[in-house]
Amino acid sequence: MKSVSEEKITTNGYNLHVIQTKKYKTINVVVKLKAPLKRETITQRALIPYILQQGTENYPSARMLRTALDDLYGAVFNIDSSKKGENHIISIRIEFANEAYLSSNEQIIKKAMHLLNEVVFHPKSNGDSFDTGIFKREKQTLQQKIDSIVDDKMSYANMRLIDEMCKEEAYRLHVHGYTDDLNLINETNLYEYYRSLLVEDQLDIYVLGDLEGKDIQNQVAEYFSREVSTNKDKVETNTQDVTKVKEITEAMEVQQGKLHLGFRTNIRFNDPEYYALQVFNGIFGGFPSSKLFMNVREKHSLAYYAASRFESHKGLLFVFSGIAPADFQKAKDIILEQMEAMKKGEFTEEQVDETKNMVVNQLKETMDHPQGLIEILYHQVLANNNIAPEEMIEGISQVTKDDLLAVGEKIQLDTVYFLTSKGGSINE
Amino acid sequence: MNKTNYDQLKETVYSEKLDNGLRVFLLPKPEMAKTFSIFSTDYGSIDRTFVPIGETEQITVPDGIAHFLEHKLFEKEDRDVFQDFTKRGASANAFTSFTKTAYLFSSTSNIEDNVRTLLDFVQDPYFSEQSVEKEKGIIGQEITMYDDQPDWRSFFGTIQSLYNNHPVQIDIAGTIDSIDKITKDDLYTCYNTFYHPSNMTFFVAGNFNPEEMMQLIKENQSAKTFPEKEAIQRSFPEEPSKVAKKKHVIEMPVSMPKCLVGLKENMDHKDNRDFLEKELLIDILLDHFFSKSGKYYQDLYENDLIDNSFSFETNIEKNFGFSILGGNTSKPDELAEKLTSMLVGLREFELTAEEFSTVKRKKIGHFLRSMNSLEFISNQFIHYNLLGIDLFEVLPTIERLTVGDANAFLKDWIDEERIAVCQIVPAQG
Repeated sequence: MKSVSEEKITTNGYNLHVIQTKKYKTINVVVKLKAPLKRETITQRALIPYILQQGTENYPSARMLRTALDDLYGAVFNIDSSKKGENHIISIRIEFANEAYLSSNEQIIKKAMHLLNEVVFHPKSNGDSFDTGIFKREKQTLQQKIDSIVDDKMSYANMRLIDEMCKEEAYRLHVHGYTDDLNLINETNLYEYYRSLLVEDQLDIYVLGDLEGKDIQNQVAEYFSREVSTNKDKVETNTQDVTKVKEITEAMEVQQGKLHLGFRTNIRFNDPEYYALQVFNGIFGGFPSSKLFMNVREKHSLAYYAASRFESHKGLLFVFSGIAPADFQKAKDIILEQMEAMKKGEFTEEQVDETKNMVVNQLKETMDHPQGLIEILYHQVLANNNIAPEEMIEGISQVTKDDLLAVGEKIQLDTVYFLTSKGGSINE
Repeated sequence: MNKTNYDQLKETVYSEKLDNGLRVFLLPKPEMAKTFSIFSTDYGSIDRTFVPIGETEQITVPDGIAHFLEHKLFEKEDRDVFQDFTKRGASANAFTSFTKTAYLFSSTSNIEDNVRTLLDFVQDPYFSEQSVEKEKGIIGQEITMYDDQPDWRSFFGTIQSLYNNHPVQIDIAGTIDSIDKITKDDLYTCYNTFYHPSNMTFFVAGNFNPEEMMQLIKENQSAKTFPEKEAIQRSFPEEPSKVAKKKHVIEMPVSMPKCLVGLKENMDHKDNRDFLEKELLIDILLDHFFSKSGKYYQDLYENDLIDNSFSFETNIEKNFGFSILGGNTSKPDELAEKLTSMLVGLREFELTAEEFSTVKRKKIGHFLRSMNSLEFISNQFIHYNLLGIDLFEVLPTIERLTVGDANAFLKDWIDEERIAVCQIVPAQG
């Protein structure tokens, strides 16, 4: 039995993905706009999600828009931007109650699609620029967002690691954009850019829920249709070779040091080793049974968290841990020893099997979550392939110890980043 | 085994109170791949003064001990229980709140073995001096991590300014100094007092057969022996209705100040039903005034007093309750003043029938949405169960509420002497 039924239709300038499932009491619609990651556009693209939520032609204030959503039994609506590999994605999400669970019989899908149409195609404007008041306020919102990243030390350390590690690659770009570029944006050039984005970005629309007997294709087509102009920008996929490991230490007023390491896996979603990479990461630092957790935390009591995570489309692997500033050398040595142990195959067949189960279990659990399932399916769009979740699960279950050794050979340490306390010398 | 059908939600709950006092609840969800199970005790960070089981004198234990015990229960003489779950592809976790400690796993296979492991490891403690000492380094880093988080510091700072004596003001994980005092014997004292099955709840939601599951749990429990159950004597200090201090300012190296306004809720409900109605009305009213579609949000936002980090939450338990509003702000004093005067002024308002029905619909939709999540259902079920309330009564209760109820509640809800402010401001120099 197929666990996910995804029907894909290319029509009216977009790809429509319809996923029928009886798991949920709600319906989710996600609109995804994808473009190559570029310094010239990233700040504009970071600002657009804020502007779009502030009002439309027919709902000219944020409050009126939110009230319309409330009337749809509290439809949950949000827009954000993210980077996946060297792509920038704007995601517009709406989730609303399925009529089947309400006492009334309203056309909620139709109303929700109408609202999405308003937000995407008719943001509040005067015809050639966004509303000035909204623009000014949201520009400030984004500025505050950029300024406050440093207040969350884990995100900040992660951002700084990537700054240093990917200096020459598009992946370095900050998802919230840059103050310098923000100062050059005005309500007119941003509107102009938004109109071009609407015809040039790749557009994917996901509809997920118990949709039986509902003609989704036509309901969506009624509100979504566009002329497409091909984007001439190509995704930059330059990757730097590691010549020398970079080591960066910075001091701030903190109690806890953040030790973050960046590795290059040289393995991406489309590569045959991608299944083995997931298992490799699981044994190394993906779970509480992993080498990082067992050694950095349980054996040496150096940290509360010590874990690893990989990036699927760029081919990176990151280690995160929060340690006392004085423990830098010890923690770094232990982390690197664990990577060496992985490369030498110091793990049992039993551990491999257990971790395969964990990875599959995690994937299935994510698929139980509506937004999680859509994100998993969107990987296919990002990687331009058709690897369905079942195929992924099958691939993971075939991984052998030799496959993991092959992954180990490809992984290289690139950068060690340490955020430490002021006055807390790393040689203490 | 009792069976309760909830027709509107299309859910069925199976339940039974076992001979040893353990309350078991099962919610089959055959359409899910996953099963989620949570084993929870009515014991949290606020339960620091009590009479240990089998004794007569009241004691006060070191702060952070419930959370410390939670960490240590995973470690056994010969192994770490995480590995037992890992071997079967399951993921396990635990958390400690003000009022609860809970152990949980989620898994898409080997459900029965995982359920047995969950029951067994929580009911078989092994604490040693050596492992207690080792944990102090790990929890020390957990405390330090929270110390660097302005959101956590402002949240706790608000609670500290609201409460004079109640232990809810004590950080759940304790402090580096308080956890240093914890011994193996302290852990056994707390364990023996609070982990008796009659003080605990076991909940399973997901993909399984309810008859077989109940049978498995009963067999597992009847093979173990427990002391006779005793009523637990806990003690809480008197807490005046007034706040401890009106304003609390914390200096931290932040780029953006924060301001939270806290309201100490009245604890004057007559019964469980009254409690639930009050909790829902607070939620509905805060939403009506302060959500993105609320009366006040746009004004605060356009005047640059808040940004989109603004949020509000309510936490009401048996013997304490508070609501907290706020977030990042470039003008912490102005926001404090404005939010306080808005809250105090709410008694002058009356919602129209239409306004009330809009926010009620929103709450119904949100409740349905949260029913997609096994974690939400399980956690909330246990939360309400401790308060003597059935989670699945929430929807009919929302539907029953009227605009009259809301307006009557609004009249007496807020009092200036129950409001306090906490600000995080950039450190000088």
